[in-house]
Amino acid sequence: MTKGLIMKARVFITLKEEVLDPQGNAVVGGLKTLGYHNVKDARVGKMIELELESQDRETSTSLVQEMCQKLLANTVIEDYRIEIV
Amino acid sequence: MKWGVVVFPASNCDYDAYFALKNILKCEVEFLWHKERNLKNVDVVVLPGGFSYGDYLRCGAMARFSPVMEEVISFANKGHPVMGICNGFQVLTEAGLLEGTLMKNKTLKFMCKQVWVKSQTTQGVWSHNTEKNKVLKMPIAHGEGNYFVTQEKLKELEDNDQIAFRYCDEKGEVLETSNPNGSVSNIAGVYNKNKNILGLMPHPERACESILGSEDGRVLLESVL
Repeated sequence: MTKGLIMKARVFITLKEEVLDPQGNAVVGGLKTLGYHNVKDARVGKMIELELESQDRETSTSLVQEMCQKLLANTVIEDYRIEIV
Repeated sequence: MKWGVVVFPASNCDYDAYFALKNILKCEVEFLWHKERNLKNVDVVVLPGGFSYGDYLRCGAMARFSPVMEEVISFANKGHPVMGICNGFQVLTEAGLLEGTLMKNKTLKFMCKQVWVKSQTTQGVWSHNTEKNKVLKMPIAHGEGNYFVTQEKLKELEDNDQIAFRYCDEKGEVLETSNPNGSVSNIAGVYNKNKNILGLMPHPERACESILGSEDGRVLLESVL
C-alpha cells in the first residue's frame, strides 16, 4: 500500500447562531471600552489544527468530519467548518 | 446496597461523595478508577464533580472516552441508577446519556454558593423520597452549568416528565433572578427517559449534614436505598 500524504486540516468550531455567546458579549464590551464603538458583535470559537496522513483531500475531509461528529464539536450547540490545507 | 464513585483524573468531589455515602448514609462504597473496566459489582454509580481531564476541549468531553465509562454506559443502559453531579452531569451529556449540554455560565463567573431547587417530579429513581414542588437547599460550585437544549427538546423533556429540578428562591418561586447560570427554563437537573440516570449541577453529597448548611441532599441519595 502506498503511503498517504501528510495533510493539515483546520477545524473551526463556533457556537450555533441561535446560541447566546456570553464570552463574545464580554469581548464586545472590552473592545468598546477601548474605544472601538463600531464593533457590533463578537462570537468566540476555537480552531483545531490536525496533521494527518491520508490518500487525498476527500478522504481527509470525510475523516475529519467524522472526528467532529464524534469528539471535536458538540453538535447540540456548535457548528464546525473544515479546511484542508 | 453497594455504591461506586468514579474517579477521573482531576475529579475533586470524589471524596465528598465517598464520605457522605460511607459515613452519613452508612453504605458500602468503592472508588472506581477511570482506567478500570470493572465496576466491582456495585448497585449504583456516582459520577462526581471536578474538572475531569482538565476540562480539555469541553467539560466532560474526554472523560466520556475513558475505559470505565464504557462500563458505566452499559450499566446505565441496563436501567441501574446513575447520578452525575456537576462535572458528572457534564460527562453524562457528553456521553449522550442525557439530553442537552452545559455551557459557560451566563455571567462568565464561577458560581459557588447555596441555592434552592424545586423538585419537578417524583417519578425518577432519585426522586422517590421527594414530593413534587419540594424546595431543597444545596450548594453549587461551577463555571459551566448553563444548561442548554433546543426548544423542541425542552418540550420533549417536559412532556416526558424528565426535568428533575429547577432553580428557585427560598420560597420555591422559579424566577429569572433565582437562576444562577442562565440555564434554559431554570433547569438544574434532568433525567433520561427511563428515569434511572440523573444529572444535576447542585451537590447533594455536600448537603448531607446540618453543620454544612443543609441535609436536603440526603433526600436524593436515600431515594435509591
